Amino acid sequence: MTETVAGSELYPPKRPLFGRAVLRRAAIPFLLTLLTLAICASVVIGPSDVTFPDVLALLDASLRGDPAGDGLRNAVIVYDIRLPRTLLGCLVGAGLAVSGAMMQGLFRNPLADPGLIGVSSGAALAAVAAIVLAGSFSLVIPSSLRPHLLPVAAFAGGLLTTILLYAVATRSAQTSITAMLLAGIALGALSGAFTGFMIFRSTDDQLRDFTFWSMGSLGGATWREVIAILPFIALLFAALPFVGNGLNALLLGETDAYHLGFDPQRLKRWIIVLTAAATGSAVAAAGAIGFVGIVVPHMLRMAIGPDHRLLLPACALLGAALLVGADILSRTIVAPAELPIGIVTAIIGAPVFLSILLRRRAVFDF
Amino acid sequence: MLALIDHRSLARRPSIARFAIALLALSLHATSLAAADVPPSRIVSIGGSITEIVYALGQEKRLVAVDTTSTYPAEAAELPNVGYMRALSAEGVLSLKPDLVIAVEGAGPPQAIDVLKSSSIPFLEVPDQHSAAGVAAKIRIVGKALGVEARAEDLAAQVALGIAQASTPGAGQTDRPKVAFLLSVTDGRLLVSGAGTAADSAIRLAGGKNAFPSFENYKPVSGEALVAANPDAIVVMRRKEHDPTQAVRAIPGIHLTSAIRSDRLIAMDGLYLLGFGPRTPGALRELAEKLRASDD
Repeated sequence: MTETVAGSELYPPKRPLFGRAVLRRAAIPFLLTLLTLAICASVVIGPSDVTFPDVLALLDASLRGDPAGDGLRNAVIVYDIRLPRTLLGCLVGAGLAVSGAMMQGLFRNPLADPGLIGVSSGAALAAVAAIVLAGSFSLVIPSSLRPHLLPVAAFAGGLLTTILLYAVATRSAQTSITAMLLAGIALGALSGAFTGFMIFRSTDDQLRDFTFWSMGSLGGATWREVIAILPFIALLFAALPFVGNGLNALLLGETDAYHLGFDPQRLKRWIIVLTAAATGSAVAAAGAIGFVGIVVPHMLRMAIGPDHRLLLPACALLGAALLVGADILSRTIVAPAELPIGIVTAIIGAPVFLSILLRRRAVFDF
Repeated sequence: MLALIDHRSLARRPSIARFAIALLALSLHATSLAAADVPPSRIVSIGGSITEIVYALGQEKRLVAVDTTSTYPAEAAELPNVGYMRALSAEGVLSLKPDLVIAVEGAGPPQAIDVLKSSSIPFLEVPDQHSAAGVAAKIRIVGKALGVEARAEDLAAQVALGIAQASTPGAGQTDRPKVAFLLSVTDGRLLVSGAGTAADSAIRLAGGKNAFPSFENYKPVSGEALVAANPDAIVVMRRKEHDPTQAVRAIPGIHLTSAIRSDRLIAMDGLYLLGFGPRTPGALRELAEKLRASDD
């Protein structure tokens, strides 16, 4: 029903190799296969020489008892480094892609991304404050908690900015999307200024820490991070059916959505809460990873259309697969060092995105 | 092995032979001692000064990788590189199969260090103090980890003495010259060292005093503030093909400062001057000489 409504302006109907009906039916099985392949590859590929046979031998040894000798090192590499890293990549990628799709649906704007509700700029400000000020409060914070300071601060900072923005844009129980957009720009500039002030106060080391943080990395992945982010992404997945139907209705406009039986205000609130929680926890765990939230939803919308009931789960699968794949590159290209994953996602994502746009332009001239 | 030596020939040239036997016995003794706790032979060195110390102790054959801050000696750059010291990859380090990781204080991220420690690879974090005692302690710690305590003790004593001598003011020198350290000069924007930095320590140890003691760390400062501070010497960081002295001379009003009038605009290599490793005595002596040069 909504296929012809929202997509029509941005993506005119096309005459591709496969009909959209075929693509729609094949989308979930195809993306599931892609994600499974990416996960398997991520567990058997890395800078060290632990490959497929070693992983099999390790699984065998683990099932029969404790691995020993060379197996111990392999066990650390597979169980403590690659597995949590792969799972964190899945959760972060899925969270960012779904958040992006929800934001574009809510704002009815193809350029929308989670940054619009202030969660990214708030998280960045809190992160740099945690990096720069951690030393000043070292007496207050016990040393055992200090490693958790940055992710907790980033999460709280993202959430607080979103709450502030929501409060500013809401008048008599009605949230104005335009007010939210404009106030978001103002708040972004403000937190940018505070971030700049923190950078001014920082030492060389702190500045480099922040620079690396802002390019994102799954390098800090341990089981602790996976468990910390899991509830937020699980909440997002649990809400997908409700949000999918609601966003479809919202594409017709707020009044029509209301007449279809959806309370737009309740929907907005839910989407903002879910996005802030998912993006906030993703940014807290892996730093600022750009582009996933824009490229993945657009690629899928071009292939399977804007029906959010299908689009949102598809975004979760492709986002997860893309980030896991990008992470394989990030830790092998310059091994034994590691390239920040934000660089990889942009280097892969931008040309793919451009080529899709150009191909469509050649056919349909827009 | 000792049995193979012809005792009669030893008798003929007693002094040399006894010396040789003593040396041989000593080295055998040393190897057996070290072999008892198997000295590490695959070492990852993280931090420019740590790598310099490993080279200064003649143990570079045991290095399997360094980090991006290890730029001296030039051969170190040919080793595999594990990336920036504060953004290490746990599996990247593990892939080199090290039996010892030596890192200068501040290496990270903490999660990667935790994983490395849990993989039962010895991980040694070396404190980083910008003083004679600090450098000597660094050398002793690295030497002990490598099982070359005697050489490390010699080097540590020599370096500590060298730093102490560099800091003694020259004869007839009463006032400590006021020194401004510029970390970078880009488009006329100056990044100047305040208190608490390696540059601040280097200035003090070379017999000078910091022209900007009022703030901590490196901060952007206007050209006008630099002129107003009127330093007796300006030290800039020289990088490979980049000499920032021209940019400093282009700062409006800079010719009014005592530093430019007495021609004490000094360019020095960053890791050499600020690394606080085995080359520090030489760097401090060089800086001290330049601070005293054409002092009239």
